[in-house]
Amino acid sequence: MRKGKEMKLNELTAYEISKLIRKGEVSSEEVTKSVFERIEKVEKKVGSFVTLMKEGALKQARIVDEKIKKKEKISPLAGIPIAIKDNMCIDGVLTTCSSKMLENFKSPYDATVIKRLKENDLVFIGKTNMDEFAMGSSTENSAFKITHNPWNLETIPGGSSGGSAAAVASDEAILALGSDTGGSIRQPASLCGVVGLKPTYGRVSRYGLVAFASSLDQIGSITKDVTDSALLMNVISGYDERDSTSCDYPVPDYTKSLVNNVKGMKIGIPKEYFIKGMDEEVEKSVKDAIKLLEKLGAQIKEVSLPHTKYAVAVYYLIATAEASSNLARYEGVKYGHRASAGLRQRRISLGLKPVSQSRQSEEKGVGISAPLRSASRQDRQVDRQTGRLLEMYEETRKEGFGDEVKRRIMLGTYALSAGYYDAYYLKAQKVRTLVKEDIDKALEKCDCLITPTSPTPSFKIGEKINDPLKMYLSDIFTISTNLAGIPGISIPCGFTKKGLPIGLQILAKPFAEETILKVAYTYEQNTEWHKRKPPLVFTRD
Amino acid sequence: MEYEAIIGLESHVQLKTKSKIFCSCSTKFGAEPNSQVCPVCLGLPGVLPVMNRTALEYAIKAALALNCKIAQKSIFARKNYFYPDLPKSYQISQYEQPLSSGGFVDVITGGKVERIRITRVHLEEDAGKLLHEEVKDSTLVDLNRCGVPLIEIVTEPDIRSAKGAHRFLTILKSILQYIEVSECNMEEGSLRCDANISVRLSDRQLINPSKEETGKLANWQTGKQLGVKVEVKNMNSFKAVEKALEYEMERQIKALEEGKRIIQETRLWDESKEITVAMRSKEEAHDYRYFPEPDLVPIEIDREWIERIRESLPELPEARKARFIKDYKIPDYDASILTSSRELADYYEECVKARRKSQVASRRFNKGIANWIMSELLRELKEKNMGIKECKVAPEHLAEMIALIDKGGISGKMAKEIFVEMFKTGRKASQIVEEKGLVQISDEEVLAKIVDKILKENPKVIEDYEKGKEKALGYLVGQVMKKTNGTANPRLVNKLLKKKIVFS
Repeated sequence: MRKGKEMKLNELTAYEISKLIRKGEVSSEEVTKSVFERIEKVEKKVGSFVTLMKEGALKQARIVDEKIKKKEKISPLAGIPIAIKDNMCIDGVLTTCSSKMLENFKSPYDATVIKRLKENDLVFIGKTNMDEFAMGSSTENSAFKITHNPWNLETIPGGSSGGSAAAVASDEAILALGSDTGGSIRQPASLCGVVGLKPTYGRVSRYGLVAFASSLDQIGSITKDVTDSALLMNVISGYDERDSTSCDYPVPDYTKSLVNNVKGMKIGIPKEYFIKGMDEEVEKSVKDAIKLLEKLGAQIKEVSLPHTKYAVAVYYLIATAEASSNLARYEGVKYGHRASAGLRQRRISLGLKPVSQSRQSEEKGVGISAPLRSASRQDRQVDRQTGRLLEMYEETRKEGFGDEVKRRIMLGTYALSAGYYDAYYLKAQKVRTLVKEDIDKALEKCDCLITPTSPTPSFKIGEKINDPLKMYLSDIFTISTNLAGIPGISIPCGFTKKGLPIGLQILAKPFAEETILKVAYTYEQNTEWHKRKPPLVFTRD
Repeated sequence: MEYEAIIGLESHVQLKTKSKIFCSCSTKFGAEPNSQVCPVCLGLPGVLPVMNRTALEYAIKAALALNCKIAQKSIFARKNYFYPDLPKSYQISQYEQPLSSGGFVDVITGGKVERIRITRVHLEEDAGKLLHEEVKDSTLVDLNRCGVPLIEIVTEPDIRSAKGAHRFLTILKSILQYIEVSECNMEEGSLRCDANISVRLSDRQLINPSKEETGKLANWQTGKQLGVKVEVKNMNSFKAVEKALEYEMERQIKALEEGKRIIQETRLWDESKEITVAMRSKEEAHDYRYFPEPDLVPIEIDREWIERIRESLPELPEARKARFIKDYKIPDYDASILTSSRELADYYEECVKARRKSQVASRRFNKGIANWIMSELLRELKEKNMGIKECKVAPEHLAEMIALIDKGGISGKMAKEIFVEMFKTGRKASQIVEEKGLVQISDEEVLAKIVDKILKENPKVIEDYEKGKEKALGYLVGQVMKKTNGTANPRLVNKLLKKKIVFS
């Protein structure tokens, strides 16, 4: 324990709390209560959550405490409160993806990660705010609220897992899950001064993660330090028969990688990631970190990833193409938002029960009431009815999606359209292979790569929201990782003069999370950045 | 002028797996709407598909039976479009790199072989069903069928007539039923078929056309190039396919002869009016924006597995038909009917095996069995709406009955009555004969009296016979049989009649 009992429970790491719980010094209920006390105090300022689950959390906590009392065997993270990004499904809980489209959608099933967390007795605090459908780098694209960076409430927390990062940084949560499609765990972790790990594609099941871009999405951890990352990875990793893209590759005990030693390790520094015009303070912090690792015995070598310059373009074709298809299911027929337009005159509710959640709740009338006919009847009335159905689709999507989501759906639809497919989508897939080959080649010579996580520290709310291209460049250093499917972590490596956190990114081969954890842990053990706590104040220039 | 049709078919066949293609929901037909659904087939946010191995096995089986090559690696693709019966707003199908390609089906009629090439056989999921009639002014969605495994079978444009399309579908259905991968029931929607059709002048028109003539002809007319094709949908039976294609062929020919252009479009068959009507033109066709399904890994199939499946294939209908003709010396027509389903062919072969060598000559016996199955047995089954599997008449019993007829123990007419009894009770013919005292009159003295009487009543017929009308004798035999309620031994009657006419 760091400072002994003067620290509040919610300020501790999961590892520290776990020890206290096991020794019987504190109960899960006490820890959970301390987290909710903190939320009551600061949530108004930070705005990390879209749904709080206090009652359920306390109930879960008491169950764990019972188990401990009965001396039942419990998992290392039993009783630890965790925040979940609002794009992961928890049975019976709202899963909104911070979208108006799913404002009222209660999932009737658990995501596989949620199932695993439940099996390990973690306590769910609530669902965290995010960019709508994970599209964005600032969490400003939420349909519901703005999340503020705890280090400077005037600035953004990063995104899209901004709520999760802000919650952990402000001690509103001990642990959090995020999802990372192009940097959505690492970039907010970097901007909020916490640790964010995006595992190898296929390491953690995506079942129950609301898809943005299926070939890039990956669930990962946001924690206060590297040890907690390893502990959480132990719980969420592994093959899932419900996810065909998850890998049946043995899951090691990640805590075994928490070794303070990088002697002889080869660390590659991609020269393309230290470009002219990047933030000076970021550059200096990262270079200092590299020097420190060298001092600790690592061998530093420069490597080249020549196709890096195409990564953002490739990403915004592939991710949007997949998104255009993944988000097509939100059209108002089965669940979620439905515009009243198109059905105005003849709204009829039906006795059919098309979704399992309605079976559970014994609720009737969930069927589609769009009066349409099959196109086989070629009379005018049919045309009118089909027209009304189309109008309902269009209005639903117009009302339900925010601007950024619409922008990406249109871009992706375009990239997949007849006549453009080869030039955009197919070409992007080919270049994706080149980007991946660059990284594979570099990692043949090195154990890991180190880069800045984000080219800049956090920026002001509203600063880039009207400039999508500028916003897209926030992910310039994190995107290649997803294109290549490799694991990456962001850990704190310094602060700007204005007190904003700076993050260091460590990348390694597929399934080499252990290498990443080892380097990150060594760096952490030799620095103090991760121990700083945010002031939670507004600071103006 | 003489025209020929160029027809290609696209059939969707439901595989009879117990569970759906990407989740474990039941595929049972006729369940209460939306009772066989789960988050996966409902396409709820966050779900992922997982391939059903049995569906893949059945698809491979079908592809092999259709002589296709199985791709070492194939991929799924998303076909994107909005419709209320499609909860994900995309169908998981295959586009580039399908499961299999390059096959064929030989349609043999009267010894003539017509080879229909199979372009591809691929796997995909079914959509749900819209119900328009249940509630007024409203459409209900039943998603039970969502995610039911289908194979799509696409032919090359090798079919040349509406009848040919019917023949192909009949064979296709019997192949798929033989290998037990589908029920192929059009009423339940487990077999659906769309067609592409264009017309052009048939080859016969093209023998030595004058240069001048050729110059005037359009491409479609020279037979070197295909005409503009039309897609026809919404046919609910093989007969409907045939009728729709016949109609469409006539429509296109008429249009061409009137100098009109054929528009590339999709047309729907209207069963009640027996016409096709335009649905959408090529310009209005969907852009499905196919792209590889990122949620499923490529299908990579072990060669050994393919070989194991290949070895498990039964003898297919065309081969079996050929063998029946050769081994059992039955006509082409009989062999076609008897091999139309695997169970019926099995039944026939069991009957044939039950013949005791001493009893009947094989050829007469085999044909006798065939006749009885094709007429009496199939009629009874149809009347009672039963399948051959439920038939109570054991193959040995039918064999015994044939032997009994042959031996002269019972007449054909008596046999018909006996057969009805056998069909009802499952008892042996000899047993029924004994119990009912149905013994054939083979007593010459008794029969001679009746023959005399008939001859006396029919002097005109005798005259005809003497003039050489062979048929006249048949008539007289018939009269005797009538008088004896069918119990007379027909061979004996025949003999007696001839003898008496000669001596009269």
